Amino acid sequence: MEKNLSHYRDIMTRGIWSENPVAYQVLGICSALAVTVKMSTAVVMSIALTLVAAFSGLIISTMRHWIPSNIRIIVELTVIASLVIVTDQILKAFLYDISKQLSIFVGLIITNCIILGRAEAYAMANNPVDSFVDGMANGLGYSMILLAVAFLRELLGSGQFFGFSVIPRFLYDMGFQDMGIMVLAPGAFFIIGLLVWLKNSLPGVSHEKK
Amino acid sequence: MGDLLSLFINSVFIGNILLAYFLGICSFIAVSKTIETATGLGFAVVFVLTVTSPVNWLIYHGLLAPGALAWAGYPGLDLSFLKFITFIAVIAAIVQAVEMVIDRYSPLLYASLGVFLPLIAVNCAILGTSLFMVERNHTFIESVVFGAGSGTGWMLAIVSMAAIRKKVRYADVPAGLDGFGFVMIIAGLMAMTFMMFSGITL
Repeated sequence: MEKNLSHYRDIMTRGIWSENPVAYQVLGICSALAVTVKMSTAVVMSIALTLVAAFSGLIISTMRHWIPSNIRIIVELTVIASLVIVTDQILKAFLYDISKQLSIFVGLIITNCIILGRAEAYAMANNPVDSFVDGMANGLGYSMILLAVAFLRELLGSGQFFGFSVIPRFLYDMGFQDMGIMVLAPGAFFIIGLLVWLKNSLPGVSHEKK
Repeated sequence: MGDLLSLFINSVFIGNILLAYFLGICSFIAVSKTIETATGLGFAVVFVLTVTSPVNWLIYHGLLAPGALAWAGYPGLDLSFLKFITFIAVIAAIVQAVEMVIDRYSPLLYASLGVFLPLIAVNCAILGTSLFMVERNHTFIESVVFGAGSGTGWMLAIVSMAAIRKKVRYADVPAGLDGFGFVMIIAGLMAMTFMMFSGITL
């Protein structure tokens, strides 16, 4: 049991930190940038993606011995797309406003390279429980970057955190202004670039080779 | 006609699918190392988008939209929740078909585009354009123009990025920022430039 726990801990640290899908493998940033104007959309997106990643890992890994290798991409996409449809329907039913704000980006979880990438690279070769943990770890690694970007963009761009104003009034009186660019597209690119720089400068992280 | 032109300009510059909606960034980063490959992938994306967007329009409005199956006797049926799985299957099938047709009739074009076509099936710009097309209620003609415009915008962005990366290849970038981080910052500056077009109204 002791060995098992450390085994899962290894999978988790790899996915969340040392081989973080967004910062290290440069996967799945399309949606990471688009939904990060506000914390609330980023949180919902993170949860949705983590669940889809974990369950697609579980399902694909369970079926891995029965999937003919030449049509495996289609099978993987079908599994992922079905999970995304379920997620989208749940969001529409219970969180209609947020699902409107996320607009097409819930659907784009299907083409998020993290999920297909983990299905190809991990779930096809490992047992279901490991794949479930691996999917969850990568989902959480993605969520971490997503939430960091959303936090900075919402704070700097509109002075808010989950929709509540957090920048004290006197700062505005002293001449502080919200950075409008953070709400717009370029802000997302800058923040993610700087975050990657920060991450690469920390010790104990594998660098992207030039 | 003016509306269509305005939609085209809008989807190429102001609502650039890559720099304003962040779609297709994975291949944008991975394939922008040389101008030749960037151009090849760019043309492939323009082509596939111009085909998939109207085909998905026909399928959505002919089969999936609420009430679309009235001709078959099911006026109350709403299959629009199936659009994700249908669109991705249509895109994968069209990409495969395009690859086979090009291979058969134009070996020269296949030699330059062939390797990029499989990549396109999972490019989020393609699926994203189809989903935007549904969300924004485009008509059939608009869906063709929107597909072509998005593709052209994407190609413009990736080719410019490849050109810029060529220029900065020997730039002295701080350790840790080189590679992915630096590309993102360049992309941010490009996105700012593309935003300048938003003052244009046609």
